[in-house]
Amino acid sequence: MAYSEKVVDHYNNPRNVGSFDKGDAAVGTGLVGAPACGDVMKLQIKVNEAGVIEDARFKTFGCGSAIASSSLATEWIKGKTLDEAATIKNTEIAEHLALPPVKIHCSVLAEDAIKAAINDYKAKHGESAAAAE
Amino acid sequence: MSLESRATTPGPSVLRNRPDLPIYLDYQATTPCDPRVVDAMLPYFTQKFGNPGSRTHAYGWEAEDAVETARRQVADIIGADEREVIFTSGATESNNLAIKGVAHFYRDRKNHIITVVTEHKCVLDSCRHLEQEGFEVTYLPVQPNGLIDLAALEAAITNKTVLVSVMAVNNEIGVIQPLAEIGRITRAKGVFFHTDAAQAVGKIPLDVEAMNIDMMSISGHKIYGPKGIGALYVRRKPRVRLQAMITGGGQERGMRSGTLPTPLCVGLGEACRIAKAEMAAETERLKALQNRFLTGIRSRLTEVVLNGDEEHRIPGNLNISFAFVEGESLIMGIKELSVSSGSACTSASLEPSYVLRALGVDEEMAHTSLRIGFGRFTTDAEVDYAVEQLASSVERLRAMSPLWEMHQEGIDLKSIEWAGH
Repeated sequence: MAYSEKVVDHYNNPRNVGSFDKGDAAVGTGLVGAPACGDVMKLQIKVNEAGVIEDARFKTFGCGSAIASSSLATEWIKGKTLDEAATIKNTEIAEHLALPPVKIHCSVLAEDAIKAAINDYKAKHGESAAAAE
Repeated sequence: MSLESRATTPGPSVLRNRPDLPIYLDYQATTPCDPRVVDAMLPYFTQKFGNPGSRTHAYGWEAEDAVETARRQVADIIGADEREVIFTSGATESNNLAIKGVAHFYRDRKNHIITVVTEHKCVLDSCRHLEQEGFEVTYLPVQPNGLIDLAALEAAITNKTVLVSVMAVNNEIGVIQPLAEIGRITRAKGVFFHTDAAQAVGKIPLDVEAMNIDMMSISGHKIYGPKGIGALYVRRKPRVRLQAMITGGGQERGMRSGTLPTPLCVGLGEACRIAKAEMAAETERLKALQNRFLTGIRSRLTEVVLNGDEEHRIPGNLNISFAFVEGESLIMGIKELSVSSGSACTSASLEPSYVLRALGVDEEMAHTSLRIGFGRFTTDAEVDYAVEQLASSVERLRAMSPLWEMHQEGIDLKSIEWAGH
């Protein structure tokens, strides 16, 4: 299978790999996918007092496209407010990385991971988890 | 791959003990033609181009002699008589002909076939087609080591069973089925025994008499011969009869019409001759390479699982799960190693290998598996390079795997409720 240059770049030089402390009040954690399906993404956001995502981290078990989708997602959400980050669509990720149809689910998973992280953060701060809708 | 570097002066890369890249580690998919095979074939493309069916002139006789020599060489490697060997286009055709041919010929008396869930797709698909025609097929399960349960086989045989088809060596995991024991059962019950030996010929000793094998499929390109040629062994005593799939001039005792491709037949024969002569030494060499590889990998990595029986296997086929690292991403990281994935995503289906699933390998482990194949031209330097590349890629990908992180934290992944998608 031929990968796009952008997928290869994110695979070789993944941005923002790592973990934050899950217990930190400023951190929201999203864990999506399933090992049996061959993809698991963990995406974490660190949110400042102004409600802006000032940093992000990811770890992904999955194919090159899944790694690239989550790496790109962390790049895109940095500097965005929670509401702005929640508007990122999987189609934008898929288009940017030139994912073939069989890999679209990787971008769907990345979008889910962003929303799961936002929901986790909001839940910690007593807000209802509405971002996913 | 060192084919070219062997034939010419070693280049700078060889002097540094670094192998030529990419390194071919997929000998179960196909093998390069041995240069000795190509040498044997070449005259039959040009000067000695006669039709082996031409009985009226020297060109035909010359080609016929070559084909009959090749037939004897094929027969020799499996302990058969040359009159029992039919040339085909490859193991897929041989498997189709054996299974459909026997089923169709004996359909008035018997309608039941037994095979195994881990067979090659061409065996399974032949059986599916027969099911659509009204035949009954039993697909035997395998044990966690990949081998069939002989008691289950014996219990599955009825008075309607015409054929048992069990592969000799599995293409994905390299395990060797107990052929002699199967043959004892089928002979005692009066049922034909076919084995797909595409991955076994030239690698393990095969004897159709001692093993009571009635039909055997052979492939050229898996044993350093050319692509496009194979053979089917069909027993004469007690006689196995087949309904031909390809009819015409009645070549190959009427079981497979069509002009024989003399150069390809010669290539298959020469490949069998070399494989037989070198089998014992080559087996030892491959075992040493395999041990070198496994020792190297295990000294660098934990949580590495070898799939399939540890003992009943051919050397040179290692199916390994690298836990917590998805197989396709691993292959992407080792692009200088030509290996095959037993995992999802490389195919459009996104399903993990049906063979590993049949062994009871968890889906999450099946997603992390690679098939690494060594062969006649694999060198120590290539194995060392492969170990280094694989180990560093696995380490890198584990460092970015959330599953590895959870495992390190002592979290049981099975305790988590994953959202499937």
